[in-house]
Amino acid sequence: MTTQDYDGPILEIENLSISFFTRLREIPAVMDFSVTVQPGEAVGLVGESGCGKSTVALGVMQDLGKNGSVVGGTIKFKGQDLGQMTMKELRNIRGCEIAMIYQEPMASLNPAMRIGKQLMEVPMIHQDTSETDAHKRALQVVTDVKLPDPERILNSFPHQLSGGQQQRIVIAMALMSEPSLLILDEPTTALDVTVEAAVVELVKDLGKKYGTSMLFISHNLGLVLETCDRICVMYSGEAVETGRIEDVFDKMQHPYTQALFRSIPLPGADKNSRPLVAIPGNFPLPHERPKGCNFGPRCDYFEESRCNSSKAIPMSHVEHGDRHESRCLKFAEIDWDAPLIAAEKKEKGAIGEVVLKIDNLKKHYEVAANAIFGGGNKKVVKANETLSFEARESETLAIVGESGCGKSTFAKVLMGLETATDGEILLDNKAVQNTAIEDRDTKTVADVQMVFQNPFDTLNPSMTIGRQIIRALEIFKVGNSEAERRTRMLELLDLVKLPREFADRMPRQLSGGQKQRVGIARAFAGDARIVVADEPVSALDVSVQAAVTDLLMDIQREHKTTLLFISHDLSIVRYLSDRVMVMYLGHVVEIGTTDQVFSPPYHPYTEALLSAVPIADTSVIKKHIVLEGDIPSAMNPPPGCPFQTRCGWKSKVSGGLCDTKMPPVREIADGHQVKCHLSDEELAGMEAVIKIAAE
Amino acid sequence: MGTFIIRRLGQMLLTALCLTFIVFFMTNLTPNLEKLAKTQGNFRMSDEAVNSWLSDRGYLAPLPYKFGQWVGVVPGWTNEKTDNDGQTVVTGRCFLAATPVEDRARFCGVLQGFWGYSSVFKTDVDALVAKRLSATGKLMGFVLLLMVPMALIVGILAGMREGSNLDRTLSTFSIASTATPEYVSGVIFIALLASSKFGISPILADWGWIDTKTLFLGSAKKAVEDATFRNFFLPVLTISLYGMGYIARMTRASMAEVMTAQYIRTARLKGVNFRNVVMKHALRNALIAPFTVIMLQVPWLLNGVVIVEYLFAYDGFGRLLVEAARGNDIELLMAISVVSVILVLLTQLISDIGYVFLNPRIRIS
Repeated sequence: MTTQDYDGPILEIENLSISFFTRLREIPAVMDFSVTVQPGEAVGLVGESGCGKSTVALGVMQDLGKNGSVVGGTIKFKGQDLGQMTMKELRNIRGCEIAMIYQEPMASLNPAMRIGKQLMEVPMIHQDTSETDAHKRALQVVTDVKLPDPERILNSFPHQLSGGQQQRIVIAMALMSEPSLLILDEPTTALDVTVEAAVVELVKDLGKKYGTSMLFISHNLGLVLETCDRICVMYSGEAVETGRIEDVFDKMQHPYTQALFRSIPLPGADKNSRPLVAIPGNFPLPHERPKGCNFGPRCDYFEESRCNSSKAIPMSHVEHGDRHESRCLKFAEIDWDAPLIAAEKKEKGAIGEVVLKIDNLKKHYEVAANAIFGGGNKKVVKANETLSFEARESETLAIVGESGCGKSTFAKVLMGLETATDGEILLDNKAVQNTAIEDRDTKTVADVQMVFQNPFDTLNPSMTIGRQIIRALEIFKVGNSEAERRTRMLELLDLVKLPREFADRMPRQLSGGQKQRVGIARAFAGDARIVVADEPVSALDVSVQAAVTDLLMDIQREHKTTLLFISHDLSIVRYLSDRVMVMYLGHVVEIGTTDQVFSPPYHPYTEALLSAVPIADTSVIKKHIVLEGDIPSAMNPPPGCPFQTRCGWKSKVSGGLCDTKMPPVREIADGHQVKCHLSDEELAGMEAVIKIAAE
Repeated sequence: MGTFIIRRLGQMLLTALCLTFIVFFMTNLTPNLEKLAKTQGNFRMSDEAVNSWLSDRGYLAPLPYKFGQWVGVVPGWTNEKTDNDGQTVVTGRCFLAATPVEDRARFCGVLQGFWGYSSVFKTDVDALVAKRLSATGKLMGFVLLLMVPMALIVGILAGMREGSNLDRTLSTFSIASTATPEYVSGVIFIALLASSKFGISPILADWGWIDTKTLFLGSAKKAVEDATFRNFFLPVLTISLYGMGYIARMTRASMAEVMTAQYIRTARLKGVNFRNVVMKHALRNALIAPFTVIMLQVPWLLNGVVIVEYLFAYDGFGRLLVEAARGNDIELLMAISVVSVILVLLTQLISDIGYVFLNPRIRIS
């Protein structure tokens, strides 16, 4: 192929429409979508789930499956129409000229094939290289994606690598034949923040090194800000706004973009004085789209008979900016700089007595080293080590840490699903650490409840919503008769702001956010005093997240609930919690009020976490810290400080103390504890990670 | 791995012990013993004669005691009797009257390597079982050789493009073949291919295409010694077809699932052509599930063997089982049950070990 001397845009999508055909109807997934990717440019494609962004990616790959097809428009790659190509020509382009990086690395690698073979396949197909050359190339690319011990990696199977390593392999595979266009479909969604930061940095560096153009699909605005030059915001199958990152972020010209930014917690948002503004209503289903503007029914600037006339709304150019376009009839009339009409300010609930006290809690698991064939040595997983903290009435305590840090184990022990190995959990001065949930009295069970991460799996699919809540009421022995419980159930639906008709609906008829509200209603059925919310909004779309978080806060204010908010999303933690506890490998490494934890001095791990979180604000300047390597296994924790293997401050501690001695818990300010060997001067000299640039 | 195999072997022994005890109990029920006495001795025996025939041969001892003798942990029975000449003759489980006193063993059971004597075939059980087992082994070997590749090919072709015409055709064929039991398909094959009066053989003979009367032989009697395509193909085909449909369905389901997996999309979008997507990426993953099914199928096919061996007059293990059961041949039945248990559990063991090798995720890392 003579592609080297082509210098037009790499990818041109013009008025693309893609539909899926079912027996019932044609479902338009993407409508009138246009985007251009110039050489070396990175374009971000942002939107909520179901908005058609992945469909665009598969459309570019011409891999829409049996049901999907392009019904209008063209996709041109280096000037050639991909839709006109034969299967053979397409195969020559796939993997060679256009490569793709996928959301779930584990599922996208062949489990029964060695990594090396999967990598070597690419140049062997496209460049007809010999096996030894392909091997050399694979070795080089694996080194490029900064994986340790490339030879060993090439020889392993995917399941032997961690999630972050697998994603690096997927990236390596995409880079094997130096493609001109890289499509990244939510490449870091399944990864932890610190790993995400490292992967994003890698992609950026490699993009520069190889001069690759990128189409970056994500729902995370912060991530797009960090990686892309241009952005295209999608809503319900259409591009609603497109332009340079700076234009769209700072001078947005579409109500949806504006609403999206107002619903994500940026630094400065506060649950009491400046609450998030959720987008009202729900995302329209593809076959139930409204007339006229798709965003109309949820838009603040909606104008009857103008925004919902049956004419399709075209993309129009915005005066300023470079190729800045908006799909709004009124964008020129809206005053975009008008300050947000502050929603009602809310009184902060007074923090009360200590209701929960954890003292030196330990939880160890014994696992057989060899699960299938039994026998062998037993290994001990130290999931929780010396956890000590208190939680007070109507307080929100956030528990933060990456996967495997022991936060879910702690939740299980608190709930009584597991019993503690050592230490104490005092609930109203009553020790409950050794009482399994079956042995707890109804009052204790009703007092400590949980809201789960995935609302899609936690509701019984064959029981109505009302029945499920009534069932919880029965278990908590609330109400004396069926009628009383029914009344209470309806009150609970009011509490979580769901219409009462929902009592007779089945879970499948609800959206994700509505399901999570049912989960919250169920948790509060027995007037829970302590609610453990395990990543309650991470499975939801951004526009819904704000509404669900606000709901939790409202209920808390009203019921004086103690909320233990488990999360890895530091933006939301900063927004809603009173105190924050940072965990690493089963240890509490830092605990303090939100302000104390989010400003220096930090524990080095907290510092890295803060730096890793992408923030969707162009005025924020972050200190750049990338953690090397993965979290060590809890089966085989490093000696001394648990964080020493990845710590950037280790050299500042004299005498190799980090390698040998577990750091003591130090109180560096009132209620602010840090588990670190760093001297007071070093800690005091730390700079803030997140700075808001002066305007 | 070592402990796993040892545990499996222990399990095998225990199962064999339980099963043989049940068989022993059933064959030692009074009516069965009476029938045995009458067939072996005299059909017109009186009740007393039956009783003395049985007690002379140790059949009337308590059941656990008898079972212990068979296993070889309890001394074999001995019986002293005065014969017509006034001499005492000692007979026993472990020796004949003629055996010199010093050579007479006290224990003789399975543990000592003594499997007993078949009352129907009048020969030693172990030699008989070994001979019949090898005949059936030959049959099963050919069955697997025909069935497994055929089933996998059909399953993979059907599963690689789910919902295509090829898939529909092959699936219909698989369902039809599983839905036809051996005694139906066997009879149809004999009628169509192995009859000199009916089916295609007379036509072919008329045209002079075959120089024998029939295309295939309806009897596989000679195949035990000298198997040819002509006398052996029909029994092999009959068993294979029945098992094939099931394995093919399993393979198809597994293949269809693998073809929708994300790593197949990865491979496709890497530019791998369809042939290699199937051969290099899908095949191994798709074979993990059917492998267990194939191994489970082996003991299941033993059912078919009983029918087919009878139908085609093939002297194998299945026919042996039928004849032993008919004659209440206690020791032969016991040996057959031991062999069956070992066969079933051995295939399980192979299936588990093979699974580990096919699926790298289970392999010890």
